[in-house]
Amino acid sequence: MVDHSSPSRRPLGRASLLLRLAAIGVVVGAVAGAFAYVNGTLDPQRLRPKTLVNALETNNGVHPGYRRNHSKGVCVAGYFESGPAARAYSSAQVFHEARTPVIGRFALPSGNPYAPDSSVPIRSLALQFSQANGQQWRTGMNSMPVFPVGTPEAFYQMLKAGAPDPATGKPNPASMPAFFASHPEAAPFLAWVKTAKPSASYATESYNGINGFYLINANGQRQAVRWGVVPISQDTKEAAAPAGADFLQQDLEQRLLAGPVRWQLLITLANPADPVDDASKVWAGEHTVLNAGTLVLDSSQPQLSGDCRDINFDPLILPSGIEASNDPLLAARSAAYASSYLRRTGEVSQLHNAVQESKP
Amino acid sequence: MNAPSRFFTPLARLLHWLMALMVIAMLFIGAGMVASVSQRHEWLLHLHKPLGIAILALVIVRLVVRFSTRQPPLPSDLPLWQVLAAKASHLLLYGLMLVLPLLGWAMISAAGDPVMLSSTVQLPAWVPANAQVFAVLRKAHGYLAYLLFLTVLLHLAAALFHGWVRRDGVLQSMLGKD
Repeated sequence: MVDHSSPSRRPLGRASLLLRLAAIGVVVGAVAGAFAYVNGTLDPQRLRPKTLVNALETNNGVHPGYRRNHSKGVCVAGYFESGPAARAYSSAQVFHEARTPVIGRFALPSGNPYAPDSSVPIRSLALQFSQANGQQWRTGMNSMPVFPVGTPEAFYQMLKAGAPDPATGKPNPASMPAFFASHPEAAPFLAWVKTAKPSASYATESYNGINGFYLINANGQRQAVRWGVVPISQDTKEAAAPAGADFLQQDLEQRLLAGPVRWQLLITLANPADPVDDASKVWAGEHTVLNAGTLVLDSSQPQLSGDCRDINFDPLILPSGIEASNDPLLAARSAAYASSYLRRTGEVSQLHNAVQESKP
Repeated sequence: MNAPSRFFTPLARLLHWLMALMVIAMLFIGAGMVASVSQRHEWLLHLHKPLGIAILALVIVRLVVRFSTRQPPLPSDLPLWQVLAAKASHLLLYGLMLVLPLLGWAMISAAGDPVMLSSTVQLPAWVPANAQVFAVLRKAHGYLAYLLFLTVLLHLAAALFHGWVRRDGVLQSMLGKD
């Protein structure tokens, strides 16, 4: 063995040794401290994905294995038939291939998987388009035209306003009006919700992507858009919600027995003045709307065993040819969905018990 | 006589310092992105995936370099427990640098998500989509990343201990000069 350094080594004095050890402690401590700041330990006020998911659990209870929001739903499957209208605006394969397979999920926007269907006047539709090239387009849409608020911070405050009061187990009735009074950006949503009624069918609803995105064509040109789907048959649009808690899934299954249900995928092109990055604002006035094709849903499955169960409908899983806007809600949805997805996928084995419990 | 060099080869030193930078950046990026709902989450995620694959490629090159070149020996007067700690921590560092990118790639596969390194570059899924497998892989990715961070801290502390307290040439062997 070669001991190559001992010749020049002289013993350190006690003070020098302590100083050097302290210096090592400072360096290592600085790196560890920076890390603890970045991961949020030393920055407890930061809004984190788990803060949002914890707030949803506080408001709705923990239902192991279920999504932390939009917990009650049903899986559907079908395909998308593209038309020519969006092809000049986006290079995404979904707009160029004749047919793209789709897995989707209808749901109620509540974190309670046992919520009665008439408890909220909103329904949602999440879709996953699986392109032949392996890329995917996932989108989560709602029947309202705008989101109540424009930022994740305001959304968190809204969740807190809806949190149960520990004394009564129910939300303080004054909290939500107080929240809306201090959030004037919610006016367009509140105006819509006044006119909204719980519908009798998933099939007769329109669903809006709400957030802004960009379509990118083969030349790299970017067009800001919002998208949504509009039902082709609106037969019972005005039908009042029937009695009972679980009519939506039954209605859908019955309709699918008679044949596929269809929507048009409509893409609204932003005008120059439109707020692309604020989902709480309406795009008012005349707009060019592309009819990008037809969404055809032809089968359904229960959500606890269906193909949609293990899909995280992260709105930032996009194919090339579609890009996210700078809407801060998009990043927050993506981050919070990932947190919810990790919790519920770790609880899949508990779902069987949950099913048994829910049976009367 | 063919005495071993006091220094690591220039290629080994280059790989070490390049990967030190990348791995530390990666640990901070990972810890930061999962603790944010802002747009930082998105752009950090877009850095995390290609950087992880780059680390995976480099660690394979590095293992080849490690096993095909001679390493400077540890000082002969190093206590046995420190020799063992040095060997064990290096094994852990190499193992984690290799396993963490593979786990990241596997967990995205198990989630059924397309494994995208950019808007157009896609890697194949190498684990079938399965929610329970995803949950296990995702948790392992997080916990092992923390283990890697702790091992890096230990490595840093030991390197400085060699350089500032023992002054035995071990730190210099990676710096490449006395």
